Amino acid sequence: MFEYAPAPESRDVVDIKPSYGLFIGGEFADGTGTSLKTVNPASEEVLAEVAVASADDVDRAVRAAREAFGTWSAMPGSERAKYLFRIARIIQERSRELAVLETLDNGKPIRESRDVDLPLVAAHFFYYAGWADKLQHAGYGADPRPLGVAGQVIPWNFPLLMLAWKIAPALAAGNTVVLKPAETTPLTALLFAEICRQADLPPGVVNIVTGAGETGAALVNHPDVNKVAFTGSTEVGRLIGRSVAGTDKKVTLELGGKAANIVFDDAALDQAVEGIVNGIFFNQGHVCCAGSRLLVQESIAEELLDALKRRLGTLRLGDPLDKNTDIGAINSAAQLAKIRELSDLGEAEGAERWSPVCPLPDKGFWFPPTIFTGVAQSHRIAREEVFGPVLSVLTFRTPAEAVEKANNTPFGLSAGVWTEKGSRILWMADRLRAGVVWANTFNKFDPTSPFGGYKESGYGREGGRHGLEAYLDV
Amino acid sequence: MTTSLADVAASNVTLRAFLHGLPGVDRVGADQRAAMLGTRSIKTTAKAEAIDLAIRMVDLTTLEGADTPGKVRAMCAKAVRPDPGDPTVPKVAAVCVYPDLVAQAVGALGGSGVKVASVATAFPSGRSSLDVKIADTAFAVAAGADEIDMVIDRGAFLAGDYLKVFEEISAIKAACGRAGDEQDAHLKVILETGELSTYDNVRRASWLAMLAGADFIKTSTGKVQPAATPPVTLVMLEAVRDFLAATGRKVGVKPAGGIRTTKDAVKMLVLVNETVGEGWLSPDWFRLGASTLLNDLLMQRQKMATGRYAGPDYFTLD
Repeated sequence: MFEYAPAPESRDVVDIKPSYGLFIGGEFADGTGTSLKTVNPASEEVLAEVAVASADDVDRAVRAAREAFGTWSAMPGSERAKYLFRIARIIQERSRELAVLETLDNGKPIRESRDVDLPLVAAHFFYYAGWADKLQHAGYGADPRPLGVAGQVIPWNFPLLMLAWKIAPALAAGNTVVLKPAETTPLTALLFAEICRQADLPPGVVNIVTGAGETGAALVNHPDVNKVAFTGSTEVGRLIGRSVAGTDKKVTLELGGKAANIVFDDAALDQAVEGIVNGIFFNQGHVCCAGSRLLVQESIAEELLDALKRRLGTLRLGDPLDKNTDIGAINSAAQLAKIRELSDLGEAEGAERWSPVCPLPDKGFWFPPTIFTGVAQSHRIAREEVFGPVLSVLTFRTPAEAVEKANNTPFGLSAGVWTEKGSRILWMADRLRAGVVWANTFNKFDPTSPFGGYKESGYGREGGRHGLEAYLDV
Repeated sequence: MTTSLADVAASNVTLRAFLHGLPGVDRVGADQRAAMLGTRSIKTTAKAEAIDLAIRMVDLTTLEGADTPGKVRAMCAKAVRPDPGDPTVPKVAAVCVYPDLVAQAVGALGGSGVKVASVATAFPSGRSSLDVKIADTAFAVAAGADEIDMVIDRGAFLAGDYLKVFEEISAIKAACGRAGDEQDAHLKVILETGELSTYDNVRRASWLAMLAGADFIKTSTGKVQPAATPPVTLVMLEAVRDFLAATGRKVGVKPAGGIRTTKDAVKMLVLVNETVGEGWLSPDWFRLGASTLLNDLLMQRQKMATGRYAGPDYFTLD
C-alpha cells in the first residue's frame, strides 16, 4: 500500500494578527460595531478578531472613496496601469502567503488556493492593468468615463479571487471602491489592503469594510455609491435589486446556479469523469457555476457511474493545508447545516444517496463527497443550489431532451457538454441558456473571458472586455 | 478472454470497428489529470518507500551499438547490488539488453533473481520481415531470456492494418513459448507512443497488444522522443484497468525512456496508485525502463538516510 505521508504547507509564512481594523482612506481604523471572530473551518480555531463596520464607518469609507475619485479618475490610464501592474506583481511575490491565509480562513485545499485561486488573482490584475490606458479601444466610445464610487460585496467561496474580479476592472476604468468581504473570510482582503499600501496606491482608492449583512446593506444603500456589484446568493441578490430600484445606481449581480454537466455516450469517458469530479467537488462544491446536475445519456449511465464511484474512492479529504488534500472543509457551520438539510431532503424525496468510505475529522466542518442517483427533475436537490459537494445524477435519451432538462431551471450560469463530436458541441451551445458553456472541460476560468448568468443567475458580465462595461458610463 | 472479445480479431474490419469503438481520449483532459497528479507531494516515509519500490521496478537497460560483454557484466553486477556500500538496497527487477548479449547477462545473473529481458523483432524500428522477427525472438529465448521486449509495426498500425500488427504480436507470443515445464518468456509489447502521436492511438494500440496476448505493454524504445510521458502512461494504465474489467486478464505496464530522476519515478508511482491502485504497485505488474534513473534513486536514498547529498562519484557508473 502506497500511503502518502503528511505534507503540510507551513503556516509560518503568514503572520496573522490577533485583531484587524477597517481599511479606510489608506489607514487601518477601528470599527464602531461589535467585532466578529473569524475561524479556521478545518479546526474551529479562532484565527483573528475582525472589526465590524457600522453605517457610520461605511459612510466614512464612501467619503474617502469619493475624495480619492477626483485624482484617480483624472490620472492618465497609463499611470493607473502602473499601480495595477505593481499590485499584480506583489500578489505573485506574496502568493504563498496569500494562499496559506486563504486556505486557513476558507477551508479550501492549499493545492487549489496555490494552483488555481492565486494564479487567477494575479492574472486578473495583469489583464485589467493592460486595459487601463486602452479604454477608448474597448468599444464604449471615444472617451468612456468611470462611474464614480463602486460598492462591492463579495462571497466567501473565492474570497481573494472575487475581490480581484471586482477591484481590478473598477480601478482600471478609473473608479474608486469600497469592498465588503464575507464575514467568514475577511483575512485575505485585509492582507490585500496591506498590499495596496505596499504598492503606494493613493489613499481612498481601495477601502475595505468588514462585517456581515448589515454592513453590506449600509454599503449598497449608501446614497453616494454610483455602482453596486454583488456576487452571492440569489436571495440576497433579490434584496439588493429591490433596494437599488428607483435609484440611478448601476448594478451587476452574479448569483446562484444549478449547472447541468451533460455527458453524451461518445464522450472521452475518463476525462468526462475527471470533469464531473472537478465540476462538483472542486472547492467542496462551493462554486456558483458548479456542475451540480450530471445529465448522462442513458446508454452509458451505468458504466459512467461505476467509473465515477471508483474515482471518488481516490479523493483525499482532510487537512486543507496538506498539499495532497483534494477536498477541504466546508466553510461554516451554517453552510454545513444547509448542505445536510438538502441532502437529507434528497433522501426523503426518494433519491439514492452514495458516498465513498471517507472518515471525517472530528473537529471542524466536513461533508463527504456525495452522489444522488435516481434523481427526478421535480426533486428539490435537482432544483435548489446546495453549494456543497453534492451531485445529482439524472439521465437523458436524446440531445433535445438533454437541452430541455438542462434549461429547465430558474438558473442559467453555466453548463458543460462532453462529446467527441464537434458539431454537437456547437448545436448544444446554441441552445443552452447559460452564461458559460464549457466543452470537454469544466470550471475553467480566464480573465479574458466574460462570466455571468441568465435568468436568476444574475445580470451583467465580469471578465474580459465585457467586464469593463459594468464600470464605465456607457 | 470472454467470448464477446474472442471474435474481435476475426478480420481487419472487426478489429478496426472494435478499436475505433473504444472511448476517445481528450488530450487536454488527460494532460491536465497527469499534471495534477504530478503535484502530489511525496515526503519522508512515503518517499523512502517509493524509492525502494522504484528500485525494485527498474529494468536496468543498455541498448547501444557499442555494448560489449564486459559492459553487460558490469551492469549485471550493479543490478544485483546497486550500491556496493549498502546491502539494504534492493535488487532491480531485470536487465534489458540486445539479443546477442542475453547469454552474457544470463551467465552473470544466474540464480540472483534478477530477470533478463531482451529487446527483439528488429528493435527499435521493427522494419523487417516476420520471419526475421520470429528468428530474432527465438534466438533470445533460446539464450535464456526471461522476458522479450518486442516492438510493434508502427507503419502497419498507422496505415490501419491492425490485423497485421495483431498477427505479428501473436506470432512473437508463440515464439516466446518454451517446451515442457520450462517457463515461457514474458512478452512486453512496445507501442513506441512517440510515433503513434495521438492518445487515441495509444489507447487503441494498447488494446490491440493486449488482445494479441501481451503480458506487458511498454511505452517506448527510448530511441524516439517523446517517450514515457506521464499522460501516455496514464492512458495505458487506464487501458490495462479496463482490459482487466472486460476480460479478467491482468496486464502490466512499463514506461521506458526519459525517466531520469527520482521525482519522475515517484510521479509514475503516484499515477499507478491513483489510476489502477495497489494491485499494480509491484515489479510483477509495473516496471520502469531506464539507465540513468537508478543512480538518482540511490543518491536520493542515501540523502534520506544520512541527511546529505553525496557527489556523483560516490555512485558507480556501469
